[in-house]
Amino acid sequence: MAVFTLPSLGSDMEAGTLVEWLVSPGDTVRRGDVIAIIETQKGAIEIECYEQGTVHALLCETGTELPVGAPLAVILAPGEMPPDDLSLPAQEIETSEPRRAEQAHAKAPATPPPSGNGVRASPAARLRAREKNVDLRTLSGSFPGGEIILADVEAAGQKSVEKTEKNSRIDEMRKAIAASMTRSKQTIPHFYLSQTIDVEPAMTWLREYNQTVPPSERLLIGALFVRCAAMAAEKVPEMNGHCTDGVFHPSEEVNAAVAVALRGGGLVAPALMDAHRMDLHQTMTGMRDIVSRARAGRLRNSEMTQGTITISSLGDTGADAMVGVIFPPQVALLCLGAPTVRPWVLGGKIVPRHVVTVTVSADHRVSDGRRAAQFIAEFEARMKDPEHL
Amino acid sequence: MTTEDLRAIFVEELTRIAPDLDAADIGDDDHLQDDLGLDSMDILNLVTALHERLGVDVPEVDYPRISTLSLAVAYLRKSHT
Repeated sequence: MAVFTLPSLGSDMEAGTLVEWLVSPGDTVRRGDVIAIIETQKGAIEIECYEQGTVHALLCETGTELPVGAPLAVILAPGEMPPDDLSLPAQEIETSEPRRAEQAHAKAPATPPPSGNGVRASPAARLRAREKNVDLRTLSGSFPGGEIILADVEAAGQKSVEKTEKNSRIDEMRKAIAASMTRSKQTIPHFYLSQTIDVEPAMTWLREYNQTVPPSERLLIGALFVRCAAMAAEKVPEMNGHCTDGVFHPSEEVNAAVAVALRGGGLVAPALMDAHRMDLHQTMTGMRDIVSRARAGRLRNSEMTQGTITISSLGDTGADAMVGVIFPPQVALLCLGAPTVRPWVLGGKIVPRHVVTVTVSADHRVSDGRRAAQFIAEFEARMKDPEHL
Repeated sequence: MTTEDLRAIFVEELTRIAPDLDAADIGDDDHLQDDLGLDSMDILNLVTALHERLGVDVPEVDYPRISTLSLAVAYLRKSHT
């Protein structure tokens, strides 16, 4: 019997709210199955199960705010009989859960919605107000005696719900980004290397390739960047892995976190798992998938936490370069400026070429300029030979 | 298919890709990238959707010709048979 607990949700996200169970007691689960949806500062995240067996009991109800590590479900191993006293494990855990939730809440960086303490309101109204982020103090109660009831909250919620939800989502995401980036700048001794590289061969190859295929099979330059970065990361292990408590753990796999700007503001960097095993087309397919799921708010907790290097591409047009902040606990981030046509010296002549400025931010606890330069050189070599990606 | 049909389809696919956009707020001359904030992945998804829906394969060189609602409708009208 195993108690499955809420796994990490990503850098500096300590809690989330359970919004949906996707399994019921009696269901069979396998490792990697999505069993629940948790709403976090960075949108809804699908929680994968790390156990195998049968769901015996669900330990929390939807709507509950849970800290990372909170018990979610009891899962029986294949063939295991349910314990004699069916209710015992659930009860034991449930009694300890509210205290844990309170503790986590107290240290969570996010400001909790106003509880409206001191306001006369029904329990249902309070719960709903909390869900909808409605401040009870701003409402007047319609119940005889002035108590605020559920209908009052619903009515208030209707008016402001769309705007409030959108604003609070962005505010919450901004808080999560701020917490993570502050920690990064406070704990990671960053250093940076920048180099402008010729991407004309890649752009030409891409243009010609895309002419021959229907839209569904077209590639974006961003896929070439991610593919080349994954190949370079395999060659330079000091750029790929996690550094926790000052100890570097290089990763065998390259889980390429791709920075995705969200419409309406904010940023997430879900990982393309095992990117080193993907060819260019698989990389593109994978990116289409994670970008669309990032925008729809359907990422998995593993994608939020297991990235080993981040790639941030500024897009088709715009700024030449960005010096980025590393996502802890990763140790490197690669920023790619917009490809632009610039005079370039080639074979002793000045010619117009598409160039891109590549900037690596790296962690001095783990590597130094020499290794970062090697990483850029590997990246550049791959970009010059797009046929072999 | 009428101009209005093509316009409706384009707007429908555009708002599917960018759900925060309100169909009523999309101006005829709003630029998809500069004004409406679509990125290269969004444009590719839009072109893919138009291909599936209308059978019109917009090559990359023609992307500027669908960069606003009015340009796109005119382009689709010419290409859609």
